[in-house]
Amino acid sequence: MAQILIVDDSASMRNMVSATLQSVGHKITDACDGKAALDKAKGANFDAVVTDLNMPIMDGITLIKNLRALPEYKYTPLLLLTTESAADKKSEGKAAGATGWLVKPFNPAKLLATVERVLN
Amino acid sequence: MAIDLEQFHQVFFEESFEGLDLMEQALLNIGPHNETPETINTIFRAAHSIKGGSGTFGFTAVTDFTHVLETLLDEARDGKRQLTSEIIELLLESCDCLRHMMQQLSSGNPVDDNQSQPLRAKFEALLQQDPESPTMTGNNHEAVVRDCVDALLCAPLPKDDKADDNAREPTDVPHNEWIIHFAPEPQILLTGNEPLRLFRELGSLGELTICADVTNIPALNQLAADECYIHWTLTLRTPADKNRITEVFDWVLDECKLDVSPAPKTDVAQHNNTDAESSPPLQRAATAEPTKDLTPVSAVTTSTEPNKDTHTAIPSNTSIRVGIDKVDSLINLVGELVITQSMLSELGNNFDMNKVEKLSQGLEQLLQNTKELQESVMQIRMLPISFAFNRFPRMIRDLAAKTDKKIELKLSGEQTELDKTVMEQIGDPLVHLVRNAIDHGLEPAAQRLNAGKPETGTIALNAYHQGGNIVIEIADDGRGLNTEKILAKARDKGIVDSGATLSEAHIYELIFEPGFSTAEVVSDISGRGVGMDVVRRNIKQLGGRIEVESVLGQGTTFKIYLPLTLAILDGQLVRVGSETYIIPLIAIVESLQIKTDLVNKVSGHMLLYRLREDNVPIIPVYQEFGIEAENKELENGLLVVVEGDGQKIGLLVDDLLAQQQVVIKSLESNYKAVRGISGATILGDGSVALILDIPGLITLASNRSYNRLKQNRAA
Repeated sequence: MAQILIVDDSASMRNMVSATLQSVGHKITDACDGKAALDKAKGANFDAVVTDLNMPIMDGITLIKNLRALPEYKYTPLLLLTTESAADKKSEGKAAGATGWLVKPFNPAKLLATVERVLN
Repeated sequence: MAIDLEQFHQVFFEESFEGLDLMEQALLNIGPHNETPETINTIFRAAHSIKGGSGTFGFTAVTDFTHVLETLLDEARDGKRQLTSEIIELLLESCDCLRHMMQQLSSGNPVDDNQSQPLRAKFEALLQQDPESPTMTGNNHEAVVRDCVDALLCAPLPKDDKADDNAREPTDVPHNEWIIHFAPEPQILLTGNEPLRLFRELGSLGELTICADVTNIPALNQLAADECYIHWTLTLRTPADKNRITEVFDWVLDECKLDVSPAPKTDVAQHNNTDAESSPPLQRAATAEPTKDLTPVSAVTTSTEPNKDTHTAIPSNTSIRVGIDKVDSLINLVGELVITQSMLSELGNNFDMNKVEKLSQGLEQLLQNTKELQESVMQIRMLPISFAFNRFPRMIRDLAAKTDKKIELKLSGEQTELDKTVMEQIGDPLVHLVRNAIDHGLEPAAQRLNAGKPETGTIALNAYHQGGNIVIEIADDGRGLNTEKILAKARDKGIVDSGATLSEAHIYELIFEPGFSTAEVVSDISGRGVGMDVVRRNIKQLGGRIEVESVLGQGTTFKIYLPLTLAILDGQLVRVGSETYIIPLIAIVESLQIKTDLVNKVSGHMLLYRLREDNVPIIPVYQEFGIEAENKELENGLLVVVEGDGQKIGLLVDDLLAQQQVVIKSLESNYKAVRGISGATILGDGSVALILDIPGLITLASNRSYNRLKQNRAA
């Protein structure tokens, strides 16, 4: 199955997303902020990245911008996972190169469906 | 649902409490007009994470409450709103309120909104005051945005989602057929958008037929691999309306030509007939174009079983957060242990006497490894005492306002590490002592100025290591303990005889007696019936002790001595007959050889030993446990004087052995609770030694002498 990088500053959210994706056999790496995620992403070749928007040190949008600038992540599906109140950031996320958007409250089935759809 | 979310509750609660602590600290750091973006961001993030999590777990009361908080903080973050002291006060109250709600949730109780409702109303009023933020409170607006966003990229998989859809649309909407012309720009793939994904999403809405127009594909030598040359015409039969369909393309709208139009009517009627026998939503989705790609649906359902299992297997409700460096060092040490082990087993495979030196080297190394590993594991349970200190800035702030005193809090030694269990249990006694210091210790400002002291009183909390103990000091520069008042009060309450003369230290000790309280008026802050005796009892339960020093007019300092950990104990090994017992070192006052002329016999066969101005009851350990001792005579016997519950007793033993650290094993969980014994340990030679419970022994002994007294009287 796929190697997926999960980025969220909230451990409970990380755990949930990881457990959900692991339940269908994906391999998960996680990071607690954008900077850490970027460091982990470089050199590794993740099949998809699911990131929170609001994080300390480096936020999700900056992370996506940085990832897109790397040749190995030019086409990788990058999903933003965040709360509905940040929905107006959608266009910003898109401009940065996000592939899709998942809205909290976190819904495992929705996450799985979306991830399966963007992976190929 | 595929994943049982309950297994994540604990982490969420812990994280939320941490978030609230951070939020509170940040709030205390910003006065009005000196907020930095980063502190506001910290506060915002805390509220934001709690909202996100609570929404996921369905804790609606919390979600609704944090939503207003977040809206306000969002405005502050965007510079639209100043954080006035009024708002900061409200936010601090919200921290308390949220903490309360979280506690209710984590203990499995329903959340009451007595506290949150009025607060929420205040916030909403605040939000409406500001003309700059007219839409922020409008839930309708938000619901619409949320629906749109929800629709983007999501498949109609779970049941509750269906319910959502149904709520949005009448249930018996006829299926319409739509013709969709989709002509993406060539660069669409560069932005990570894959048309196939969009089609799958459409497929989840209904029955989809796809027809590709490949006429634009150039000759191979002109073809750029990362461009998209294909246009599509799609036919979709779905109950969804046009908006729902365009939403699918939301993400790529500015990178394509899109035309969605209804198909000619005749087709619709025909399809409506087939619709009557059509399958439920899930299967309908599965008949859509890329059939096999929708298999995750079944993957979801099958994954339920193992998940349930793991859930029931995790009943733990306490966890500990450990720095990654500590875990790394642990792994490192285990690595070394493995090397030593393999070296030793290699040695054992073909051993001859020439290798004895190597063997002893190896064993030496093993000893070293084990010791380091032990220290490292113990480190994992250690947390900096700042965890316990952190609540005080807030408390002092509130109490200063309540008492109208000016108070400065000085914290030092916050990085001193302490066992997690000890930390959890020392919190309440500390709070009590600090409250006391503010209420009884510090004088009102006017009185301080009269006494020639600075107007602002100081409360200093300090922590440091001393020997195998951690010492926590709570010092104030207030009025100090008044020995005359204390003594008068104690006599009044009958705690001491009216004729008795006591040393200063003894008088200070009186404040720890049950039923003692010097405050003339029982105030709101301290003196709620929980006295210093409870503080002392709590500390004793942790195997610690408390001391007080005071200078009249200059202040009082309480010193709490605690063991570093509850898992390991510094013990004195003693021998009685053939048995070895362990006396906690912290309980030992002194050990001495008995001089028979200092022994007095009182009624009930109780023997007292005259130790300076004290009379210490002698308790022969062999009698207490009914074993054979080597020496039953008092003459030249060894007496270990120990203190527990404020009482001293002398334990008669045969021999004093080594002092060593012992790992405490619970007797209760491995055997059963035994009075007078607090636990057991395994010694180096593999034998089991029992650890004496000093307060328990004192109670046992005094009961016995009381019974004997009764028997004597009866006879």
